[in-house]
Amino acid sequence: MASITMKNIVKQYGDGFPAVNDVSIDIADGEFMILVGPSGCGKSTLLRMIVGLEDISSGDMLIGDQRVNDLAPRDRNLAMVFQNYALYPHLTVYENIAFPLRLAGAPDSEIDQKVRAASATLELDEHLDRKPGNLSGGQRQRVAMGRAIVRDADAFLFDEPLSNLDAKLRGQMRTEISRLQKRLGITTVYVTHDQTEAMTLGDRVAVLKRGLLQQLATPRELYENPGNLFVAGFIGSPPMNFLPATVEGTTAKLPFGNVELPPDRAERAAGHGLLLAGIRPEYFDDASTREGAGGSTFHATVEVVEWLGHETYAYIPYDAPPEVAEQLRQLERDLDGEAMHTQLVAALSGNSRIKAGDQAEIWVDASKIHLFDPETGRNLTVDAEHAGTIPDLATTA
Amino acid sequence: MTTTVATPQTRATRRAPASDRSTAENRLGQRLVAPAVLLMLLVTAWPMIQALYLSLFRYRLTTPDDREFIGLGNYLTVLGDGLFWKVTLNTVIIMVVTVAVELVIGFAFAMVMHRIVFARGVMRTSILIPYGIITVVSAFAWQFTFSINNGWVNSWFAWLPWIGTDTNWYGGHWSAMFAIMVSEIWKTTPFMSLLLLAGLSQVSEDMLEAAQVDGATWWQRLWKVILPNMRAAIMVAVLFRALDAFRIFDNIYIMTKGAQNTQSSSFLTYRQVIEQFQLGMGSALSVLLFLTVLLLAFLIVRLFRVDLAQARGEG
Amino acid sequence: MRQKMGVGHWIGFVVILVWCLLPVAWIVSLSFKSLDETTVGSPQFLPKDPTWDNYQVLLNWNDPAGHDFMRALINSFGIALIATFLSVVFATLAAYAIARLEFRGKRLVLSMALAIAMFPVVSLVGPLFDMWRTFHLFNTWPGLIIPYMTFTLPLAIWTLSAFFREIPWEMEQAAQVDGATSWQAFRKVIVPLAAPGVFTAAILTFFFAWNEFVLAISLTSTTGSRTVPAQMSFFVGPDPFNPPYAQLATASVIVTIPVIIIVLLFQRRIVAGLTSGAVKG
Repeated sequence: MASITMKNIVKQYGDGFPAVNDVSIDIADGEFMILVGPSGCGKSTLLRMIVGLEDISSGDMLIGDQRVNDLAPRDRNLAMVFQNYALYPHLTVYENIAFPLRLAGAPDSEIDQKVRAASATLELDEHLDRKPGNLSGGQRQRVAMGRAIVRDADAFLFDEPLSNLDAKLRGQMRTEISRLQKRLGITTVYVTHDQTEAMTLGDRVAVLKRGLLQQLATPRELYENPGNLFVAGFIGSPPMNFLPATVEGTTAKLPFGNVELPPDRAERAAGHGLLLAGIRPEYFDDASTREGAGGSTFHATVEVVEWLGHETYAYIPYDAPPEVAEQLRQLERDLDGEAMHTQLVAALSGNSRIKAGDQAEIWVDASKIHLFDPETGRNLTVDAEHAGTIPDLATTA
Repeated sequence: MTTTVATPQTRATRRAPASDRSTAENRLGQRLVAPAVLLMLLVTAWPMIQALYLSLFRYRLTTPDDREFIGLGNYLTVLGDGLFWKVTLNTVIIMVVTVAVELVIGFAFAMVMHRIVFARGVMRTSILIPYGIITVVSAFAWQFTFSINNGWVNSWFAWLPWIGTDTNWYGGHWSAMFAIMVSEIWKTTPFMSLLLLAGLSQVSEDMLEAAQVDGATWWQRLWKVILPNMRAAIMVAVLFRALDAFRIFDNIYIMTKGAQNTQSSSFLTYRQVIEQFQLGMGSALSVLLFLTVLLLAFLIVRLFRVDLAQARGEG
Repeated sequence: MRQKMGVGHWIGFVVILVWCLLPVAWIVSLSFKSLDETTVGSPQFLPKDPTWDNYQVLLNWNDPAGHDFMRALINSFGIALIATFLSVVFATLAAYAIARLEFRGKRLVLSMALAIAMFPVVSLVGPLFDMWRTFHLFNTWPGLIIPYMTFTLPLAIWTLSAFFREIPWEMEQAAQVDGATSWQAFRKVIVPLAAPGVFTAAILTFFFAWNEFVLAISLTSTTGSRTVPAQMSFFVGPDPFNPPYAQLATASVIVTIPVIIIVLLFQRRIVAGLTSGAVKG
């Protein structure tokens, strides 16, 4: 087992395009690190550079204390689970799991003992003699993991391992991977584009966009203190709402009305003109189901209501001024989304009786509003103490 | 932005000129194809150059000392000779008729095979037998079929007004051509129908059902949905078969030996070189044949805009 | 797949079977007619008096006709098998490079293969005839094996590169991460996965070499290296106006037997090979 250190890693392609640009990440021994971002952010390239399937243009890659930039994949002693599992179709499950051991020339008795142990852990005992073609998606996934755990690898690398499974199975396998990693205590790097996987699995999460590291922090820090618009929009589901806002004194003017901000936040946002206010859907509520709490309320017409039992999503359209509308469209593109018309999503209590078309009174928790500079996308109200590493801030500050 | 980023991960990796990995890959790739390339050059390119050179001489193997440089003389002789044009016309007729007939029959076969739900193995085996059978065998089988003494065609089809028990198929130009084309069509229709079947199976059932719901008749579905979607498969099949048919030789050699004006371009070339040892004249014919095939390939590709790389999945 | 099977399909099914098998049945029937019967003229489909005579003559080493035929059969098998083996080895290397590696000149190799696939073989007969006599390859096995390899390479390269492309690239990378060297990855992962493709390419190559006629009659002069199709074309018998129909039919049946066996055993593979990649996009 070992730590993995990336120092100023750059991957440049023949056309000069940097797929990974000056990324530095330290992964501690035994840590579960997530690399997350929309497609094309360079997360898979980074993972493939760790394992040695991709050349490193510049920078240092260390596993433990050893610089591995020039080592072939087989000399790096890492185990990887591929997106399509890459199981060998001509070998049985048993032989698939045994494959790395056979390559290493281990004696049959040792192979057998290790394969049996792995298959017991992964509940594959009854499938050992079958070929991968006859297995279900979840079973294939477990075989791929079996192939990784039989070796005493220094680290596990996962490349979007759950993206080919259906939603229910994905949830189960997620817990399974988490449990396995905790038990083996092995350093793990896990690539995903799914923010739920990132939030639930990782000790720490590295958010990437177009080859640049945006923020490296714990899931909680990312959620509560996103470093910029992109991270704020990427983490959380449904995503954070961004509303045009101007701050005067401690009052923020939003499309639906005025909201009182805590003084320290208002102060940091002062003098920036038109801003984007980031408010997570759950910071809203139906004012009528809420008793005696502080915060502001406003009235708005609810266009669509989705009742999910434990909560209710209310959709409230608004018009964005052209200056921020363009910024929001760009953000949508960065997040791999479709540019939709601007609307506010409020996650209300499941008790709410609001119906579509109602003129409702909505409550908002103003203490948790973030304010972003629409030009740079920076979060003006970030609590740097609890936001992990934000490379962008470090360089501009 | 995102699209330009997504593709290089897999593609451009191997395009970077600087990295060791790609130089090594470049070298390995070239080494692996080298044996095949050398062989192909040795056996085709070099003799072709040889043919170009020889075609400029008057050169008979029987009188090798009488070799004389005559420039384009051989070409002028050939192009000025009515026989050459007659033979070329024959070849074109054979090509056009066989490919057209094969396309129709092959498509009908493909439709049947596509829909059939039983005995697929039997069907596949039988369709592959004409494909696998030696052309010479096919030629003999059909030669005997049309034989006046020992063939069954005359007795089976005597009820047709223009066929009698004494019809001599090899006695006239058109009837001999007919016999040759029957053998050619019989042998190669299976290949055509297999290619078309593969194309047919790529036309989605959903699309056909949607067309049906939209009110298209069977005939309209065929012309407006099935055929346009099979365009690539049809074009590839036509290209391959047309070039193949243009090179027709075996059937003619066995069935008529070129009698009754049934010579093809390949047959004429062969005769000049091997039977009459006219290496100079034969080489000129070889070059002309090669150029004709090249021109034909170019015309078909241009005319039908066949993208072979795409059709073959080279991307 | 809709399960509708109309009368039309039944008729179509029967028509296809008749189309494909009638001429085969015809030569089989003819091969059982006696020489006397065909000399007199025997226009009916079935033999009047079935006999094994023709087979006994052709498969008899001591009979001159049989001797020549058996020699040709041995030549055909030897030349076709060796050409197939070598062609598939060369094609496997080239196809692997084309499907998997990025290198300069790849387009050129593909275009060359395509050009050769369309090449009129007869164009080469003259110069090859000349060259082979110089190199003492005329009327030898290698004299046929070398051009057969060349002309089967394009088809083999195509079929194989289509197969190689279907093998997920990740499979090899997984092997490398699992600790395999490039050679081990190729040996233990790629070769077993590509085996069916290689086999298919081999069948198609064999068919070509087994079938080839132009070069076989041009580059040979004796039964020492003449293959069956060439031998059959010279096998006219004493009376040129009345060829030995029944014996030729018998020879035809015998050389068709390997084809039928291969087709019966490997029909799926052959169809896959013939249509591989031909209709993508």
